[in-house]
Amino acid sequence: MTASSAAGARRRWRQPSVLPGFGLTFGLSLGWLTLIVLIPLATIFLKSAGMGWDQFVAVGLSDRALAAYRLSFGTAAAAGLVNALFGLLVAWVLVRYTFPGQKIIGAIVDLPFALPTAVAGIALTALYSPNGWVGRFLDPLGIKVAFTPIGITVALVFIGLPFVVRSVEPVLADLGNDVEEAAATLGATRLQTFSRVIFPAIAPALLTGFALAFARGVGEYGSVIFISGNMPGRTEIAPLLIVTQLEQYNYDGATAIATVMMLVSFAILLALNVVQAAGRHRYGA
Amino acid sequence: MIRVQNVTKTFGDFAALHGIDLEIKPGEFVALLGPSGSGKTTLLRIIAGLEFQDGGEVLFDGEDVSSRSVGERQVGFVFQQYALFKHMTVAENVAFGLSVRRKGRPPKADIRARAEELLRLVQLDGLGKRYPGQLSGGQRQRVALARALAIEPRLLLLDEPFGALDAKVRKDLRRWLRGLHETMGLTSIFVTHDQEEALELADRIVVMDHGRIEQVGTPEQVYMEPASPFVSNFVGETNQLPGGIHVRPHDIDLVASGGIPVVVDNVFRRGGSWRVEGRIEGHDRVVEFDVNAASPAPTLGDTVRIQPLRERQFHKRRL
Repeated sequence: MTASSAAGARRRWRQPSVLPGFGLTFGLSLGWLTLIVLIPLATIFLKSAGMGWDQFVAVGLSDRALAAYRLSFGTAAAAGLVNALFGLLVAWVLVRYTFPGQKIIGAIVDLPFALPTAVAGIALTALYSPNGWVGRFLDPLGIKVAFTPIGITVALVFIGLPFVVRSVEPVLADLGNDVEEAAATLGATRLQTFSRVIFPAIAPALLTGFALAFARGVGEYGSVIFISGNMPGRTEIAPLLIVTQLEQYNYDGATAIATVMMLVSFAILLALNVVQAAGRHRYGA
Repeated sequence: MIRVQNVTKTFGDFAALHGIDLEIKPGEFVALLGPSGSGKTTLLRIIAGLEFQDGGEVLFDGEDVSSRSVGERQVGFVFQQYALFKHMTVAENVAFGLSVRRKGRPPKADIRARAEELLRLVQLDGLGKRYPGQLSGGQRQRVALARALAIEPRLLLLDEPFGALDAKVRKDLRRWLRGLHETMGLTSIFVTHDQEEALELADRIVVMDHGRIEQVGTPEQVYMEPASPFVSNFVGETNQLPGGIHVRPHDIDLVASGGIPVVVDNVFRRGGSWRVEGRIEGHDRVVEFDVNAASPAPTLGDTVRIQPLRERQFHKRRL
């Protein structure tokens, strides 16, 4: 290889920057990422690979495990959708209007980030159990929230809300009034302006928010275990199943379930990213 | 005919417009010229229906449109930052106004043909499938213009249409817009803070300051016969000599004797003349004037004598 082509190949790697130390910082980030994320994930694969296919299927794809996956991914998706809708609403109100206490409301949105999830779980269970403040009015109507998948969804909605709000907010703020005004001068109704101008512009951010809330919901443990009731096959989430396996010293079983969850999560996030990238590519710069 | 009658507007404690009266004839190209905060953009937005006046009326062909929404007024509005729909192609942007029509929406093929026709008009044929993000600033501005023209507006309003473009592109686009205005027989109003732009483009200039109209007139009138010290200062360059006398730099001659003694501080070339900056002796008042570059440049530190050829005197404004 000639010197000039080597320099060319190197240039593709290195972005010209006024800040020195690309090699050092890049190496550090990669090393850190490996230590914190890649090695633990690889360990799960290695461990589950050591247990043999039959045993893997027996535990990882057992009826009880399958029910737990369905519950975890289903409630996380439902909560993500609810959050996409109401998170958009909250972001809209925070960006578009000025009102007294706006900063406080903005801070409250972040509370689920900061609050220990167990606290949220206890609070929600107290509210929604059949003799709780809210549950006592729902119970006579035949609606049971605590100790059902609905309760799990409620907890995940609580946990996931800030992800959607914080994803959509900056994009909405950045959108500005002028595109809306432009649509109005061209004769569009408010509904047309929303559906054809605003929504398509914030859809990628909304999808990101949904993906984050969904991913968080799939892995959520602390807030769910109180309100779900943990009945195997009915209200037992997958992360709890892993903990259950660990408590019975069945490390292989726990890893098998973890592997399945990781693969499914990865596939879903990859699909969402592909959709995003396709959108970004279309709009150019 | 567009008529603005005694329009006032306040934002909180700030009075943006004080009783504005203005008439615009069909086919006119009018500039609203003023510094920022003069109320020019507010006036444009009130005419468009993007903002509503607190008092007074806006009449389109004798009809009071004050309570009509922006969509019903059928005005084309070009925004300073283009305000293009980023997720739509250029052709979709241009077609938007037709495709959202509820009554009398043309068939899809017709809309597409119309969009192509407009893109040809703004010299962007063949770029219909691109996205706004893939275009240059000047191209985006022309897309915004084509989009505004698609609804066949009775009035075209432009808010600082060239503000975000670099000097060369701005100049080309200016000339081109003037041509388009003529060939399409549009009635247009544009907002600018650039007096050069107003002088070059407009049939009539409305000079505004602090929410009031200072002067309305042709570029020639506004430049040669400014109605107030503000207009004299804001449109073109002006020296203020003692006694409320305003004189343009090119209306000053050097004389051998008499005149006003000026100490030369700085001399540089501006096109075909020397631009001389100096101070009136004993006054410390800065004076700028032009000397034909065919003659030698005045020497720094020398005292020269100047004679205004053409001056305007303003007395203190009564409030």
